Amino acid sequence: MAVAEKRIFRIEIDERLCKGCSLCVDFCPTNVLTMDGNMVAVKELDACNGCQLCDNRCPDFAIQVFEE
Amino acid sequence: MSRPAEEIKPLAKKKKKAPFNYSPYVRGGKLPHIWCPGCGHGIVLKCLLRAIHTTGLLRDDIAMVSGIGCSSRTPGYVDFNTLHTLHGRALAYATGLKLAKPRLNVIVTTGDGDALAIGGNHFIHACRRNMDMTILVYNNAVYGMTSGQASPTTPPGKISTTSRNGSIEPPFDTCSLARAAGATFVARGTAYHFQELEKVIYEAIMHKGTSVVDIIDACPTYYGRFNKYKSPTEMMEKIEKEGTVSVKQVDKLSPEELEGKLLRGILHKSDRPEYCAEYQKLMTKVQAK
Ligand code: SF4
Ligand code: SF4
Ligand code: SF4
Repeated sequence: MAVAEKRIFRIEIDERLCKGCSLCVDFCPTNVLTMDGNMVAVKELDACNGCQLCDNRCPDFAIQVFEE
Repeated sequence: MSRPAEEIKPLAKKKKKAPFNYSPYVRGGKLPHIWCPGCGHGIVLKCLLRAIHTTGLLRDDIAMVSGIGCSSRTPGYVDFNTLHTLHGRALAYATGLKLAKPRLNVIVTTGDGDALAIGGNHFIHACRRNMDMTILVYNNAVYGMTSGQASPTTPPGKISTTSRNGSIEPPFDTCSLARAAGATFVARGTAYHFQELEKVIYEAIMHKGTSVVDIIDACPTYYGRFNKYKSPTEMMEKIEKEGTVSVKQVDKLSPEELEGKLLRGILHKSDRPEYCAEYQKLMTKVQAK
């Protein structure tokens, strides 16, 4: 049986632009992200499914997800 | 940078997911924008840029016009032809601009206060004329820039700087107003439903005539704080997600379930002569005399 290849993602956070609103953290369906003080941080990259919800609900152009 | 040919796998099964590249549309060095943490305007701007990208229009084909207010800062961040004008007067400038340069695709970014109070007069007459332009009303039910006064869309009972014990005014429904005044494309979206919003903005831009999109988004700094929302996330969930219903769902819901909800989606579309085309016809006729 073929096993689906694990998809790997890279999350880019622009620390100059993030305002720490937590929208991306709250809307991420798989709890990849967390707040580190006033800045978003990646907690569990392995859980990322590349859905882009964090990017689409970030008002500040501060987070983008790329598939490797 | 392009990759050497041998690195590219010949039988790539699935296209890799890639995020939207906003940089061609954003004016270099202008970010971060001035909007507060969690303000919905940035989400709306991103939907607008993706919608514009889908239209295939060139940056120089677009003119973005605004008045005054938080939402009216939008043109300052984008690499199109842009005009930042007087409070409530964006539509007057947009009308003049479109008449002088009909080839331009005019998009007006305005707020509930700017469009429906200060500029209410311009709003109804722009809808009546049906000149080809897109009016995006960033509707957060408050005057954000001047610290949270009640606007024409503040719901009854809600707290603002000018309604400390709850507003007693009935609000305007942007879409009903636009439709009654004659707009030929009327829709509503929210920042929460970003995919739908991108789609209705695209449809609004493509429509020939006056298009109005009422966009429900959040002002956490004033409206949110005054009305005891705990976070921008809670505002998006309570106001945008739970407070609206897609037009596609309406038939399946009871009147009780629809009570107090705003409808999302394309609410009205009609065909009526467009102002610039009529003007051109008139000029041709007059000059032939
Ligand atoms: S792409 Fe989706 S799963 Fe990955 S971090 Fe963003 S929201 Fe979470
Ligand atoms: S949504 Fe954007 S600005 Fe807000 S915390 Fe996440 S990355 Fe930062
Ligand atoms: S005051 Fe309100 S509307 Fe203005 S930028 Fe701040 S959150 Fe947004």
